[in-house]
Amino acid sequence: MSDIIAIDRVEGAAAEIMRRASIQIPRDYKDGIKVMVEEETSELGRFVLQSMLENWEAAEDDQRPMCADTGLPRYYVKAGNEARVEGGFVALEAALRRATAETTQSIPLRPNRVHPLSRVDHNNNVGIHAPEIQYAFEPDGDWLDITTVHKGGLFGTDYRMLFPGDGIDGIKRFFLDVMLQHGRRGLACQPAIVGIGLGGGKDTCMRLGKEAACLRIVGEPNPDPEIAALEAELTVLGNEIGLGPMGYAGRSMVIDCHIEVGFTHTGAMPMSVHSFCLSSRRATARLFPSGEVEYRTDPQWFTPFYRREGVQ
Amino acid sequence: MSGLREVRLTTPITDEDVAGLRQGDIVFLDGAVYTAREGAYKRVVENGIALPVDIAAHSNVNFHCSPAASVGADGSYSVGAVTATASFRFAKWIEGWFEASSAKMIIGKGGMSEEIYRDIFVPRGAVYLTTVGYGTGALLGRGIREVVDAVWLDDLGIAQAIWIFKIEKFGPFIVDSDGEGTSLFAKSNREIESRLDGLYDGLKPAILSRYGETTARDDEVI
Repeated sequence: MSDIIAIDRVEGAAAEIMRRASIQIPRDYKDGIKVMVEEETSELGRFVLQSMLENWEAAEDDQRPMCADTGLPRYYVKAGNEARVEGGFVALEAALRRATAETTQSIPLRPNRVHPLSRVDHNNNVGIHAPEIQYAFEPDGDWLDITTVHKGGLFGTDYRMLFPGDGIDGIKRFFLDVMLQHGRRGLACQPAIVGIGLGGGKDTCMRLGKEAACLRIVGEPNPDPEIAALEAELTVLGNEIGLGPMGYAGRSMVIDCHIEVGFTHTGAMPMSVHSFCLSSRRATARLFPSGEVEYRTDPQWFTPFYRREGVQ
Repeated sequence: MSGLREVRLTTPITDEDVAGLRQGDIVFLDGAVYTAREGAYKRVVENGIALPVDIAAHSNVNFHCSPAASVGADGSYSVGAVTATASFRFAKWIEGWFEASSAKMIIGKGGMSEEIYRDIFVPRGAVYLTTVGYGTGALLGRGIREVVDAVWLDDLGIAQAIWIFKIEKFGPFIVDSDGEGTSLFAKSNREIESRLDGLYDGLKPAILSRYGETTARDDEVI
């Protein structure tokens, strides 16, 4: 039996998760919205959420994207330490770029990716640093996990350098600022999974917050009880603002809050906030050397190893 | 959805159609709509380039949208989902666009300011409708019966081209502007403002402020 993951399997699985992510709303998110419909006090807010439930059904029935702004497609690759890919990682990246271009045409996705200055659009969502491909590793295992996330990019995200003296109050205040500035008129397409990055350098802070929003599922708290308590508190706070779907008065703002931390500068407490929208597009494939592929909607990105704190 | 009124209109939208709409109505459309956003606006309004088609003859409904679409090797179009994009970014061109297009209805995301409604929409008898969600891309995609044309596709690309669609039961949309120039979004903002001081109560401003930062609670970022 082969001990190498075939490259055509990689391309096929990447195309399949592109399709699934754009068309099928993850179960955890949909179930969360069903609860929020029941709890929403405003009639217009309930109409909006009910329309979204109908929209997801239409997307699956017709096999068309649930939203036309199909975001910025990107990949998260996690490799078991024993995993080997035919052609190596250069071949892997080429396969992911091909899958992006091919599915942009075949699904179709909106070709959102353009050059920031010339605005040149290759109509395939591929370009300089596009799609992004990020890596993580896991001890043991000969498998390869490929996750795609199609997150919208215009609203709902912000970063701020806070300091230890700002404390938990500073975190709450900046959280409220972001919910309000992008929640009005529903620019953030709430209710959203709100991901918060705390600590790290600025880039790590942004990365952790984005991963918290896009790679953890609704209803899964951080394993650190202190962080989990803050997640719960911010979820309640967000839903007490009085902003509902589309910024109409209501209470459905935060479907879940996920916080991820990274060790940071002794004088700092940087914070990033990211809103993953009403079309929370994510899908994962696990590829084995046998050729077998398993699909799921939980990326299982955050593992004890990924969050490790010690030297080893 | 007992309290919400559903209205079905056929394009072209008339003055009577607009006058009959109430803020918060749920609207579905039949007929035709076209997409136009910054790419087309800049060409027509800023650069004075004439539209190659008589857009008003097709429709007087402008959808702020880029479709999830592709063009086949044979030149055929495939449209999957359509969703609106945030309209506030097009404020600088909207008056010029009304002049060039004779539009009566703008459909988008998030509405525009009450000043724009009052000064630009109301005098022209025009109305702003918002998409729902956002966004009900699959439901709206179902409402598209035919692609009539994709104007300036080569110049502007798929996302910015002017797509003209024949539509049937295209919606839902929510009426945002009214004859006085008020906005349902802005009204909602005012409704929640009274709660905000309580929410921020006891939370000290950040140690490091940001250049030009405001803490006025009625500020909007658009």
